[in-house]
Amino acid sequence: MNDNDCSRVFGLLSEYLDRDLAPATCEELEDHLRGCPECVEFVRSLKRNIQLCRQLGECMPAPPLGQEVMAGLRRAYEEMLARRRLSK
Amino acid sequence: MLRAQRIGYSTERSQISWDLSVPGKRKSDAELAVALLTGDEAAFTEFVKAFHARLSQYSFLMCGYREDAEEVAQETLLKVFESADQLQDPSRLKSWIFRIAKNECFMKRRKSVFAPKVELSLDELKPVRFGDGESRGIEIADWTSLPDDLVLDGELQQALTGAIRELPEIYRSVVLLRDVEELTTEETAEVLEISSDTVKTRLHRGRLALSPANGPIPQNQSEGGHPA
Repeated sequence: MNDNDCSRVFGLLSEYLDRDLAPATCEELEDHLRGCPECVEFVRSLKRNIQLCRQLGECMPAPPLGQEVMAGLRRAYEEMLARRRLSK
Repeated sequence: MLRAQRIGYSTERSQISWDLSVPGKRKSDAELAVALLTGDEAAFTEFVKAFHARLSQYSFLMCGYREDAEEVAQETLLKVFESADQLQDPSRLKSWIFRIAKNECFMKRRKSVFAPKVELSLDELKPVRFGDGESRGIEIADWTSLPDDLVLDGELQQALTGAIRELPEIYRSVVLLRDVEELTTEETAEVLEISSDTVKTRLHRGRLALSPANGPIPQNQSEGGHPA
């Protein structure tokens, strides 16, 4: 294993984590990872970034919607449902 | 058979756990969308609550201002309800919603649509040990001291939010949709009106750049090539 292998692997890591690599490329990359703890650590770091982003999607609260806004949304929703029923 | 099984990804051999899921994950958006479109009263409330928060966050990270973000979120919800009956396939609701939100954000920040696009080359994002001595030698390993089962607390959340906001828009928009909102590559391509290959390229570069240790993103980069 050398830095050239690491450099090539570097460009493929997101597709690897997303399971988007072709089987042969995946095999090649995993062969490299078996002998390269630094790259394994790098993959873990990238994976951690992704997991943190996913948590971010869950945890940011929004300010409550006012009654007037909610009433407007509900009106639009009910009108949409009425149109939907008519179109069937 | 799962794609991962079919093509032979091996958890044991590579030493990497593939579970990218977050414990306590929300329920399916597709299920919520179907309930909404069939007139389920509870689904309306749940839908507004769930998507208002997500749209507020997305819009804040895209627009940069809380006030704009709130307006974008509300306007997007209104447009969704006004025209949801035109949606033929409920399973595409999520990408449809974020496409509306993206357009609302662009209208809020019209100048940014025409602003020069910043591209990051893969070489710039390589860690020092991969570098040739001339690259910036960005270190992505800033999160490595953190445990694998990390929970996003207030301080870390602030750091991550700041790092996302520092990304050039073309990368930020992809990272937000793929990694924060968990749209698929194809859904993201549809929302942003770009190819799936471009989504993958920008996602990888965005993920690599997404570290507080990276510092400011250069604003004068020329178009980068496709990654190796």
